[in-house]
Amino acid sequence: MGAEFVQLSLTPILIGVLAAVACALPGNFLILRRQALIGDAISHVVLPGIVVAFLLTGTIAAAPMLLGAAGAALVAVILIEAVRRLGNIEPGAAMGAVFTTMFAAGVLLLEQTNTSSVHLDVEHALMGNLESLVWLWAEGWHSLLDPAMLATLPDELPRIALVCAFVIAMTLIFWRWLKIATFDESFAQALGIPSSAVGLGLVIVAAIAAVAAFDAVGSIIVIAMFICPPAAARLITNRLEHQIIWSVGFATLAAVLGYVLAGYGPLWLGSPSAISAAGMIATVSGLILAGACLFGPRRTGMDVSWQDTP
Amino acid sequence: MSPFLDALFLQAGYNAALVAIGAGLLGFAAGASGTFPFLRKRALISDAVAHATLPGVGLAFVTMVTLGGDGRSLLGLIAGSAVTAWVGLLLIEWITRRTRLAEDAAIGAVLGVFFGVGIVLLTVIQGMQAGRQAGLESFLLGSTAGMLLQDAIVIAGGGSLAVFTTWLIRRPMTLVAFDSDYAASLGYDVRRIDLLMMALVLSVTVIGLKLVGLILIVAILIIPAVAARFWTDRSTHMVWTAGGIGGASGYLGAVLSASAPALPTGPIIVLFAAAILMFSLLFAPDRGALAALFRRRRFQARVHRRQGLLALAAQHPIREAYTLRLLAREGLVRPDGVPTDAGRAQSAKIARDERRWEVAREINQDAGLTGRYDGLTPIEDVFTTDEIAEFDRRLWPPVSVGGA
Repeated sequence: MGAEFVQLSLTPILIGVLAAVACALPGNFLILRRQALIGDAISHVVLPGIVVAFLLTGTIAAAPMLLGAAGAALVAVILIEAVRRLGNIEPGAAMGAVFTTMFAAGVLLLEQTNTSSVHLDVEHALMGNLESLVWLWAEGWHSLLDPAMLATLPDELPRIALVCAFVIAMTLIFWRWLKIATFDESFAQALGIPSSAVGLGLVIVAAIAAVAAFDAVGSIIVIAMFICPPAAARLITNRLEHQIIWSVGFATLAAVLGYVLAGYGPLWLGSPSAISAAGMIATVSGLILAGACLFGPRRTGMDVSWQDTP
Repeated sequence: MSPFLDALFLQAGYNAALVAIGAGLLGFAAGASGTFPFLRKRALISDAVAHATLPGVGLAFVTMVTLGGDGRSLLGLIAGSAVTAWVGLLLIEWITRRTRLAEDAAIGAVLGVFFGVGIVLLTVIQGMQAGRQAGLESFLLGSTAGMLLQDAIVIAGGGSLAVFTTWLIRRPMTLVAFDSDYAASLGYDVRRIDLLMMALVLSVTVIGLKLVGLILIVAILIIPAVAARFWTDRSTHMVWTAGGIGGASGYLGAVLSASAPALPTGPIIVLFAAAILMFSLLFAPDRGALAALFRRRRFQARVHRRQGLLALAAQHPIREAYTLRLLAREGLVRPDGVPTDAGRAQSAKIARDERRWEVAREINQDAGLTGRYDGLTPIEDVFTTDEIAEFDRRLWPPVSVGGA
């Protein structure tokens, strides 16, 4: 747990945790609003957005990529609404039709353009490169206090930290509106809360979290982290405040445990090869959810809580 | 265009022809078996099923290598992917039934976690001696490079079985899709039928895995069904329409991708299907967006025409430009708003029919007939001449002429 840990594992773990928390927070509300699959849709449409941004700017700088991805998410939301309204098609199928089409367009664009010189391919988009986000210049724990050393941190860390802080801030600022609009939309409207704007804002914040997390850790984590930690937390408690705290805890646990298992697990088993950290984090989050499904005190809803009420 | 035409008529080489036929058959099977899950509003379960095949592919490869085999046998990989996809399907069903999580959360959780496990397995396999050239990544986005006759036979056989089963159990599936409570009250086992419905999707998914890839296969399960919905209101017609749309996208997509470099088959097929969906959404005769627009415009014109004529009858001036234009085009008013003879006749008729309707509603207790009064239905369409004559007698009772 010395210099090597700081050098090789500290930043990936931190990035993993921040990405997981940034996704889990909006995920809580998406699950309660039965919009859980929006995370799935967003993580697919990010690909064409990033490819188009690359074609327009010719670089893989972070800002155009994020803008492109956010633009693609917006286009997807508009298209889904258009198919749903114009064709009177149920939302799930409209979503499935739109995001797969956009993903296909992204893959096609990627194949059509010469991106071999830059690090942009579908596999990277899916799996991320969490393992490569190391802090090579660090010499030990004391590097954390050295400003010159801190400047050499991988760019992804401050970026995801910023987005995570933004998501937390938005959740706290709009807490009351979010809570009321999520549980009782007509009551929210009666109070004068713009509940459809709150819903759209939630999707936008989720998209920002997804895009930032995608940049660092790939789309698998995004899908799993939007859903698994909040879903597990939902089976633990009936109170939204507690659910959110549990979900943040689960997300952190999944990120840390997943990374450690991926990084050190093969070594313990005596195998030299590394395995995908993003995949392992998703796997651990699935195990947490499985545990909650089997043993969570609030797993079946009404009847259990009714028995528990004094 | 010559390479495209060559490929279209299967003259672009053995492999291209094989891929085109295989993709066409796969598209047909996917469209047909995707219809009922779409009608049941559970289209996205197929996305979870598709992603849940990945760990199966990995496990099957590891198992076959451990048993001393090649590890790349397509049938073995298909069997493995079917097993984990089935497990994923049962888990979604179990989570929805036994916990308070909604179906969308269950779908998303299974999708993300199974895919994550699959990626872990893929990286494990890459570290194995035998795994270096396994090429299992091609299952993510599909590949047509090494398509063999055997693969096409698997698609043809599995696909026809799926289509045949869909046709065989179309009635219970239609019932469950539209009214599952009624189906249950008739004695159908809704849970079994739902699982069977998804099992058909699963079988199409696993046979199409290698060609289209597990991320995009869900597109050819959903998009043809959505497109077909615009063209018909009958579920059996929809199965064949969706199959046709899927088959056409599969065949044309494979042909186009064979005719030029850097056109990956899977995405091209999906984009073909999406183009058909776009066309259907805009131009379908009854449910399309343009048809709806025209219907609205026609309705608007009828309402404005009637209001204009009623105003003429009451000798009110018409100030609204659209109404004036409508009536002027029919020659019912002059451009300055003064009615022509034809306009006077039409407005007198409309005013008279309005009074006839009033009488009809007063004396006729048959709500099925008088309920059709909406201001736009001509009274002659609802009542017989005798009845209308009766209304007129009440409106303008016979008056004796002369003395008496």
